Amino acid sequence: MAFQKVWVVAEAFEGKPLSATLELLTKARELGATVEAWCWGGDVEAYAAGLGEYGASKVYSVGDVGGVLPGVPVAAAMAEAVNGGNKPDAVLFSTGYDPRDIAGRLSAKLNVGVLSNVVGLAEDGTSEHAVFGGTTVVRAAFSGDTPYLYLVRPKSFAAEPGGGGAATVETVSVPDAGAANGAKIVQRHVEERTGPKLDEAAVVVSGGRGLGEAEKFSMIEELAKLLKGAPGASRAIVDAGWVPYSYQVGQTGKTVKPTVYIACGISGATQHMVGMKGSKNIVAINKDQEAPIFSIADLGIVGDVHKVLPKLLDALKNRS
Amino acid sequence: MNVAVCVKQIPDPATPGKLDPSTKTLVREGKLILDDSDAYGVEMALQLVDKAGGGEVTLVSMAPNSEVSGLRTALAMGAHKAILVSDDALKGSDALTTAKVLAAAIQRAGADLILAATESTDGYTGTTPVQVAELLGLPSVTFAKHIEVDGSTVKVNRQTEAGFDEVECPLPCLVTVTAGVVEPRYPSFKGIMAAKGKPVEELKAADLGVEVAVGQQVTDVAPAEERQAGEVVVDEGDAHERIVQFLEQLKVI
Repeated sequence: MAFQKVWVVAEAFEGKPLSATLELLTKARELGATVEAWCWGGDVEAYAAGLGEYGASKVYSVGDVGGVLPGVPVAAAMAEAVNGGNKPDAVLFSTGYDPRDIAGRLSAKLNVGVLSNVVGLAEDGTSEHAVFGGTTVVRAAFSGDTPYLYLVRPKSFAAEPGGGGAATVETVSVPDAGAANGAKIVQRHVEERTGPKLDEAAVVVSGGRGLGEAEKFSMIEELAKLLKGAPGASRAIVDAGWVPYSYQVGQTGKTVKPTVYIACGISGATQHMVGMKGSKNIVAINKDQEAPIFSIADLGIVGDVHKVLPKLLDALKNRS
Repeated sequence: MNVAVCVKQIPDPATPGKLDPSTKTLVREGKLILDDSDAYGVEMALQLVDKAGGGEVTLVSMAPNSEVSGLRTALAMGAHKAILVSDDALKGSDALTTAKVLAAAIQRAGADLILAATESTDGYTGTTPVQVAELLGLPSVTFAKHIEVDGSTVKVNRQTEAGFDEVECPLPCLVTVTAGVVEPRYPSFKGIMAAKGKPVEELKAADLGVEVAVGQQVTDVAPAEERQAGEVVVDEGDAHERIVQFLEQLKVI
């Protein structure tokens, strides 16, 4: 089917739309005649123009949701619009913390499925998914009622402005969602971050089990800092509690496509590779010559991270 | 306090996955194991019930061929009982159908708190838990990295893009846990022996009143574009120089 209207669930941070949102708007523009965005929070007016520039003709603002997690109220407002006759053919969500909640809620409310981990989307609505560590591409299609819900992995599409004007903002009230709307945010904690974000950095340096112990992750952070990049991690060391989940690169975790990805002490489980094999250049350091990571590395160093990294850090420090 | 934990039994992630060429669904033959991601929820449930001074941990799972290997692992950790929905009619079902089955099983078990992993290791759609919450009309908190129960309120530190949020939610509710929320125990020998005698109730979708309707199909499976291996250097004390050179070529430094 050809899409007539596509909705994008938009996210913003500090008054600016996220790049994942702009990617979805660009794709939606390619797919549908009309692109509309859904937002929440107090500062929608501030970035509505930015959404318009990437193709949204209208922005539905659910407004400040009163300190609750947005999944329930935003999905409730969207479902009410759909049930009232304002029905898109498809809704695109990025695979983020809040959009995933909204997608799950909306899916159950409307009794329509969700296709998750989408990395490609054709005009006829067929989606592409990378499975088995990115070695296999699966295509899937909906056969039931619209709207079709797609949860898209960030960085699957390029973001390009479409020269549209400022989108009109329509304020939408949230219907009473009852007990389900009970999860309240009582305090936000913003962790201090220096350097670029993991999924936006031009250089990503990741560490894995080969580092041996949690303290050695400081070498990864130091190398990332010297290269003005971001530190990342394999699932193994996130599960072991060495670093928080937000560092995780892989199937469960973030997809990164930096100019250079440096994998240190990471063997290359399929789980990890699917999240980083789109990197432009891959450097791998691992003492096991048979490690799968070498099969996709542009430069593979068969060696001990505990020997190679300190020397690399010194060499880079001596340059600056 | 009674806690229900959604657990998935999956093919061992260490062995490469396969798709059935005719049905285009994941081949799930042979022994399935407890998804590692679910061990955190099981452990958390055991600790919370312990702290609350009593109650039961019930596992709910959907799996083909009456598979119980993974459930036995979680029962050996200390969970009290399990509900398994195993039904050929559910083959290839999507996340929403799975959620309908799990929601109905949870309703049957009765729970003050429902725990699940943020996403499974094999399918990783990551939508099922929230769909379960919506179907049950319950609030949910996803991506928990710390959980405490205080009377009739659950307090969660929820991972966010920028850090974390402290979230409070009245019970009953559903919480999804990330790895590292707690350190899962290994089943003891005594636990493994005890698990063999613990009750596992097996049901069909129809027993729960769930109608199976799948609204999405895999249409095509193809190999992805291969990435080639490049230069391999065996470190003899100077491999870091080659890395510096490589970064220079790319104008990263």
